[in-house]
Amino acid sequence: MSPEKMVYMANQIATFFKTQPGEDTPQMVANHLSDFWEPRMREQLRDYAARGGEGLDDQVRAAVKLI
Amino acid sequence: MRDFIIPSDDRDMGTPAKQGAPVTLSIDGIDVTVPEGTSVMRAAAEAGVQVPKLCATDSVEAFGSCRLCVVEIEGRRGTPASCTTPVADGMVVRTQSDKVRKIRKGVMELYISDHPLDCLTCGANGDCELQDMAGAVGLRDVRYEAPENGGLANHFTARDTSGEANPQWLPKDDSNPYFSYDPSKCIVCSRCVRACEEVQGTFALTIEGRGFGSRVSPGAAGDDFLSSDCVSCGACVQACPTATLQEKSVIEMGTPQRSVVTTCAYCGVGCSFKAELNGDQLVRMVPYKHGKANRGHSCVKGRFAYGYANHKDRILNPMIRDSIEDPWREVSWDEALSFAATRMRGLQEKYGRRSIGVITSSRCTNEETFLVQKLARAVFHNNNTDTCARVCHSPTGYGLGQTFGTSAGTQDFDSVEKTDVVIVIGANPTDAHPVFGSRLKKRLRQGAKLIVIDPRRTDLVKSAHIAASHHLALRPGTNVAVVTALAHVIVTEGLMDEAYIRERCDWDEFQQYAEFVSDPRHSPEAVEMLTGVPSDDLREAARLFATGGNGAIYYGLGVTEHSQGSTTVMGIANLAMLTGNVGREGVGVNPLRGQNNVQGSCDMGSFPHELPGYRHVKLPEVRAIFESAWGVEIDPEPGLRIPNMLDAAVDGSFKGLYCQGEDILQSDPDTKHVAAGLAAMECVIVHDLFLNETANYAHVFLPGSTFLEKDGTFTNAERRINRVRRVMAPLNGYADWEVTQMLANAMGAGWHYTHPSQVMDEIAATTPSFAGVDYALLEEKGSVQWPCNDAHPDGTPLMHVDGFVRGKGRFMITEYVATDEKTGPRFPLLLTTGRILSQYNVGAQTRRTENTVWHDQDLLEIHPHDAETRGVNDGDWIRLASRSGETTLRAKITDRVSPGVVYTTFHHPDTQANVVTTDYSDWATNCPEYKVTAVQISLSNGPTEWQEDYAAQSTRARRILPAAE
Repeated sequence: MSPEKMVYMANQIATFFKTQPGEDTPQMVANHLSDFWEPRMREQLRDYAARGGEGLDDQVRAAVKLI
Repeated sequence: MRDFIIPSDDRDMGTPAKQGAPVTLSIDGIDVTVPEGTSVMRAAAEAGVQVPKLCATDSVEAFGSCRLCVVEIEGRRGTPASCTTPVADGMVVRTQSDKVRKIRKGVMELYISDHPLDCLTCGANGDCELQDMAGAVGLRDVRYEAPENGGLANHFTARDTSGEANPQWLPKDDSNPYFSYDPSKCIVCSRCVRACEEVQGTFALTIEGRGFGSRVSPGAAGDDFLSSDCVSCGACVQACPTATLQEKSVIEMGTPQRSVVTTCAYCGVGCSFKAELNGDQLVRMVPYKHGKANRGHSCVKGRFAYGYANHKDRILNPMIRDSIEDPWREVSWDEALSFAATRMRGLQEKYGRRSIGVITSSRCTNEETFLVQKLARAVFHNNNTDTCARVCHSPTGYGLGQTFGTSAGTQDFDSVEKTDVVIVIGANPTDAHPVFGSRLKKRLRQGAKLIVIDPRRTDLVKSAHIAASHHLALRPGTNVAVVTALAHVIVTEGLMDEAYIRERCDWDEFQQYAEFVSDPRHSPEAVEMLTGVPSDDLREAARLFATGGNGAIYYGLGVTEHSQGSTTVMGIANLAMLTGNVGREGVGVNPLRGQNNVQGSCDMGSFPHELPGYRHVKLPEVRAIFESAWGVEIDPEPGLRIPNMLDAAVDGSFKGLYCQGEDILQSDPDTKHVAAGLAAMECVIVHDLFLNETANYAHVFLPGSTFLEKDGTFTNAERRINRVRRVMAPLNGYADWEVTQMLANAMGAGWHYTHPSQVMDEIAATTPSFAGVDYALLEEKGSVQWPCNDAHPDGTPLMHVDGFVRGKGRFMITEYVATDEKTGPRFPLLLTTGRILSQYNVGAQTRRTENTVWHDQDLLEIHPHDAETRGVNDGDWIRLASRSGETTLRAKITDRVSPGVVYTTFHHPDTQANVVTTDYSDWATNCPEYKVTAVQISLSNGPTEWQEDYAAQSTRARRILPAAE
C-alpha cells in the first residue's frame, strides 16, 4: 500500500474516534486497527510511524504504540 | 433427484386471503370457518369446493365481471357472484343447482362464441382456464354462428365470412422478448390489468374501449408492450387465464410437466420460484405463491432472464495457462486442479503462509461460501477471505453491529404491510429490488407516507398513483449531515420516544448523543448550503417520520458506499431508536442487500476478521469451536480485505487468489489499480460461468455451475434461509461446492462431503444463530429466518423484539466529515452510480439474455443545464474523466439528476464506469466510495485509449487453443 493511502486510511479512523465520547481515543483507534488491519498493514504503519510518521494524526501516532 | 412436492394448497383460491374474526358458514353441506371479509368463493375453496371462475384469481381483488362463479345463498334473492360476496355467519351456500348450471353454461357459451377453437395447437393447451371451465360447466354446444354474408362480429378471425378484413381483429404483439400478447384469445377478464396495478403497481395496462370493443391495451395509443411502461415483471402473464399473454418459451417448448421450488439467484429479495420443466429442460420460471419474500410476485430478471444458463459463452471445461500472455489451454479437471494446487502451495512456500487468499461469492450458496472461507482458514491456514459485501454492505455489518449488536436487517418483507411512514435512503427499490419495490408501492397506495433521500429523482419519488411526501435531493456525500439534521429536529422539537429510549437504550449515551445533535451546527438551516436540501423540507420530513406512526427505514448502497458509509448506518440506527421504531412489525432498519446471497456470504464468515456467525477471529473460544471441528489451528489475526489484497499484490506480498463467482475487475473501484494488483499475482484462479473480466488476468479457469444445477441455500435480505434446489445436472460436470472440495483436496484437505446438507449440518454445529437449521426443517417450513436455534426454533421474523441483541441500544455520535473527493475547476461535477431494472450488477448474467433489449449500454444521465453549457446533446458520445481515469459513453439528458450531478450504471464492461471511480473508501470497512466521484465531461469522438487497450487486451486474454485431438 502506498504510504499516502495508508496514512489517509489511518487518519480517517482517527477522525471518527475523535468525535466519540470517552477519554481514550488512541486506544479506540488501536482497537480498530488491531481488529481490522491485517498484520502486514499494521507492520507497515508501525514502521512508518517509527520513521517519523509524516502526515499521521497525533491520535494515530499514539495508537500505534498500543497495537 | 426428488422433486419438491408442491403443497396441495398451491391451488388458485380465487380471491386474496383476509384477516379477521372467524366466520362459520356452510357450503354444499360442508361447514367451513374463515376470517371475516373472505369471499364465498375463497371459503368454498378452503372447504375443497372449486366454484367455476374466470375473472377471479387470488393475486388480485375480486372484480365480479364474468358471472361464471354465481351461487345460490339461502334467504338471498338471485344468484350472487361468489367472488364479490363476503361470507356471513350461518350463511348456507349452494355452488351447484340447475339454476346456476344453466347460467354458467350460458355465460360460457357466449365466451366461447368469441374465442378461436384451436385448442389443440394453442400455446396454452392443457394450461388454459377457459378450456378447464368449458369442461367444468359442461358446455357441449355453441349456438351462436356467424351470418353467411359477412358482418361477423368477433375478435379472432382476421377476415369475416365474406372475405372482408375484420376490423375487430388485432395482430399478435411479439415486441416483448419473453411473452406474446395475442388479442384474438383475450376474454377481457381484466386480470392482467388488475395484476399490473395491484401486484406490480406499474399501471402500464388498461382496458381500452367499451362493451364489445373493449381491449387490453399497453400504454398510450400506438404503444406496444415494449414501448409502453411495462416492466416485464410477468404478473399479467401469470394472471392471464388463456393464451393471450403467454411465455414464448411455453409456446416453443410446450406445457411443462414437472416443477421444482427454488430461489432466484439475482437480487437480495430472494424470490421463490417454481422452475417448471420438461425433463431437464427449463420451460419457465413461475413465482411461487408461498414464497414468503415475494408472495407470488417476480421481476423481469428472475422471471425471464435465465437464458445465460445455457449461453454459448459458458465455459464448460477447465483451462490453464502459464502466463496471462498465453492463450488458454483446455485440460482435464485433474490437471487443472493439480496445476492450481501446486502453484498455490508453491507460493506459500516461497512467499509465506499469508501470501494467498480467497474471494467468496455472494452469488453462490451458503454451503459453497462456507467451504471457500474454510479453504482459506483450514487449508491455506490464514484468514485472507473476503467477499463482494466488502464493496456493498460491509458498513452495515459494522454500523448495525455497533448500535444494535448484530449486523442483521431487523424485519421481514411482510412488515412493510404494517408501516405508516417509510424513509428510503440511498436505494432505488423499483429498479434494484423490484419485488420489494412493488410491495412498498402497494402499501403507499394504501396511504403510507414516503420520504425519499436520494440525489436522483427515482421512480418512487413520483410514478403512477404514488408520490413521496418529501424528496430530499441531497448532494452526493452528505448523507451523514442530512441524517444528523433529521435527528436534530426530532430531538430539539422533543419528538423522540423517550419512554422507548429509557427502556431499551443506554440513557447516558443517549444524553451525550442528544447534546451532540442539538448543537445548532446540525440544524437543517445550518447544513442547507452543504447538503442542498431545503431546511423546511427537511424539518417537515423529520416531523413526519417521528410522528406519523410506524416508521421504517430502508436503505441501500447509496448509504454504504461512501467515506462515511458506516457512520451513516449508525445515524440510521440512531433515528430508528430515537423514534422507537425497532422491535415490532411495520418499523425497523432494513438494509436492501445487493446480491442474492450477500447476507449469507457475510453470515458464513467470508469477512477476514470474523468466523461464521460474526465472531471475531481474535476470540479464542470461537477459534476453539472451529479448531476442534476442523482439526487445525486457526490464525488469530484478521486477514486481508479485497482492497488490501490488491495493495499487497502490488507490493509483492500477496501472490495467489481463488476467486469464486465474482468479477472484481469490473465491479471494484479504480479498475487500473485492480488490474495492476491482479497482474502482479502469480496464480489467479477464477471459478465462474464465463470468462469474465477478472479471468483476463487468471492462470486457472474452473468452470462454475448455475443455481439451477445445484442444491444449497441462499439467505436473503430478511435473513431468510431459502432452499436452492437442483433442477438439472451441472453442464460443467460439478456443482461449485464440489469444485471447491476438489481444489481443497488437491491441496491435501481430505474433505468428504457428498451433499450440501452435510455442510449445513457443519454450519449448524459451529454457528449458534444457525444451530436449529437443517434441510429437513427447511423442507418442512419452506424457509426460516435466522437466528434459528433452541431459543427460536421457528426462526426470527423480527429482531430486537424484547430488547436489543447487544443489551441496550447504543446511540453513536455521527459527526459529518466531508469526503476529500471534492469538485473543483478540473472536475466540477459529481458522478454517482447505480443499477437499472433489467440489468444486474456487472451484467455477466443479464447481458447474456434478451434483457439487453431494454438496456444495451450504460448511459450518462446529465441535467439539461450542465449539458447545455458543455454543448452536449441527448445521445452524444461524451468523455467522462476523473483523477483515476476516463471512459466514454453516450449522454442522456434528464432532470432526474440535479445540476452538478451526473449518474451512470455499471453493467457493461466496455464502458467500465469503475475506471473513473477512486480508491477512497469507508473509514471503518474499506467499502469503496463508489457513489461520489468528481468528474468532468466533454464531447468525444469515440472510445478512449484505455477502452481500446482494454478491448485489445481482453481479446488477447480470452484466446483458447483448440483442444488437442
